[in-house]
Amino acid sequence: MAEQDFVTLTEKQKKARRSRSIAIGIALAVMVVIFYVATIAKFGPAILDRPM
Amino acid sequence: MDGAVSGLSEATAGDFVRLLKPRVMSLVVFTAFVGLIAAPATLNPFIALIAIAAIAVGAGASGALNMWYDADIDAVMTRTATRPVPSGRVSAGEALSFGLVLSALSVMTLGVLVNWLAAALLAFTIFFYAVVYTMWLKRSTPQNIVIGGAAGALPPVIGWAAATGAVSLESIVLFMIIFLWTPPHFWALALFKSGDYERAGIPMLPNVAGEAATKRQIFAYSIPLAAVGMAPWAMGFAGPLYGIVAAALGAGFVWYAYRVLRMPQSDRAMKPAKQLFGFSLLYLFGIFAVLMADIMLSRFGATGF
Repeated sequence: MAEQDFVTLTEKQKKARRSRSIAIGIALAVMVVIFYVATIAKFGPAILDRPM
Repeated sequence: MDGAVSGLSEATAGDFVRLLKPRVMSLVVFTAFVGLIAAPATLNPFIALIAIAAIAVGAGASGALNMWYDADIDAVMTRTATRPVPSGRVSAGEALSFGLVLSALSVMTLGVLVNWLAAALLAFTIFFYAVVYTMWLKRSTPQNIVIGGAAGALPPVIGWAAATGAVSLESIVLFMIIFLWTPPHFWALALFKSGDYERAGIPMLPNVAGEAATKRQIFAYSIPLAAVGMAPWAMGFAGPLYGIVAAALGAGFVWYAYRVLRMPQSDRAMKPAKQLFGFSLLYLFGIFAVLMADIMLSRFGATGF
């Protein structure tokens, strides 16, 4: 059976990957906040103003 | 094994930020913001913030596309050799997809959350910078930056369109200020960096038409620039504060351009050209800053604050 070919990341690659992962996480969170805030802003005060 | 081949990247988030050309982006953010503030309409502050962010990301995306396409020439110029793609930290394919994804995302965000005229203008700006300027004009004509400058001049028009949903004469005046500013700004740089451009094979004016012609062109642009700089005051959408500062800045620009015109051929240190380059940055920042201050003062004054 052929030996499995494992890839071992160097320390530098691990650090770089972590840095990219954090940046992607932050970017996604910012996107969510942007669309949430924009939705609320577009609704305007009228959202509170509906018959119960 | 080579990281790029195996897909094991050593690119950090910082490298991707550098692909966005943060310093160019800061000027784009600033001029777009002034365009948005100067417009006679009030946007919800959150929506305004989102509009500016989308314009900034769109500008950054065009920077990434530029760095993808220009990696070959960036590698041979001292000013750009350490950029992420020529230095090998980010692969060309990564830069391309990063640029394309951010372009689509920024245009869609601006369109959905602000308005589609602003989004269309942003898309046009990205296209103009990445395709018309980078892929076509930059390598083929010494008028590259004159025409390509239109991309850099559009952000205040986008900001204005984001606020009002329209393109107006006032926003075109802001466009013209940056449009006329771009050639003398870059030609001053090209004068003392002509060796770099020569090596990279980019047809910049000094190595195509010669230094004397470049100096004349710089001076020739400085006069209409100073005149158009006065237009916001002459047209009445900026007050006397703006008029006075714009006149002083315009006179300064013409004076520095004149010093470049008078610079002897034997002057290899080219201090006047370096001074004009430095002053040109101050000029553009100053014009837009004072326009913003002037408009805000008159607006708050009028509403009794």
